[in-house]
Amino acid sequence: MPMEKIEFEATPKTPYLMVDPKTKTIVINGRSIPENTVQFYTPLFNILDKWIAEKTKDKITATIRLEYFNTSSSKCILDIFKKLQELQKNGAEVDITWMYEKDDEDMMEAGQDYQTIVGIKFKMVEVEE
Amino acid sequence: MNLENIFSIYQAMDNSGIILSFKGDITSELLTSVLQIMENRLDSFQEEPKIKKKVYHILVECLQNLYHHMDEIPSYINGKDRSAIFMIGKTDQGYSIITGNYILSENVSGLKKRIDEINALTKEELKEYYKQILANGEMSLKGGGGLGIIDIARKSGEKLEYEFLSLSNNVSFFILKIKITNKNN
Repeated sequence: MPMEKIEFEATPKTPYLMVDPKTKTIVINGRSIPENTVQFYTPLFNILDKWIAEKTKDKITATIRLEYFNTSSSKCILDIFKKLQELQKNGAEVDITWMYEKDDEDMMEAGQDYQTIVGIKFKMVEVEE
Repeated sequence: MNLENIFSIYQAMDNSGIILSFKGDITSELLTSVLQIMENRLDSFQEEPKIKKKVYHILVECLQNLYHHMDEIPSYINGKDRSAIFMIGKTDQGYSIITGNYILSENVSGLKKRIDEINALTKEELKEYYKQILANGEMSLKGGGGLGIIDIARKSGEKLEYEFLSLSNNVSFFILKIKITNKNN
């Protein structure tokens, strides 16, 4: 059974999250500062795990634009990238865009750090506030 | 509490530039409200985005540290076990965030050692350390895995100030002060 599309509107503590299994598109946009981060990201982890199990070769597009994230989100975000890396190893074309606001060096550096840790290249895009 | 004391508390806070303070149970809803209030305050001070982000970011970590890591102290202290205090101050030099919470005395030396280690690191070393813990460190169920305090030190760029007050054989009170200065770092 194909998985349903996920779409969560942004809240003061969680970002907009959209995952469309049909187009294999992932969008995360906003701030990620919940107390229980794992709970928030579990639906996304489940879909990624399913794609890994299916050994999909489809193109996967992930666009991430975070304004703030807390340290407990940082680990979940890393786990997302690790799963995407696994998909890439399985032969999927994985296209990751990391967006950060102009002058937000911390967010730019965070993107660079993730690239180094996971070993996949992101498209780094600076956006006006 | 003696009613006259209320004014002394007010004055002491006012003299230290405290713009917001709280004492009581630390809940998720409280944190949402406080963060919302502080975001509006920072906007009304017309802070430059860089400082604003820094203060907000450090505040999130400090308050969530309280929320996740506060030791549950047996109820013989005032019958309250999730109670803590925090204050946010603003001076000409910048902002400060002070938190205070009970801690089991057996955990004092470990935490003290950890803060001293973090304080001994340079900005570059903190950055590398953060990356290393993120990449390899096992996170605790509560999420932090020790990243919070490293991140606070890293974002603040100032040494962490702390104090442990021994209240009894078992219980101590831990006070942490984080400074966020206007200088570019």
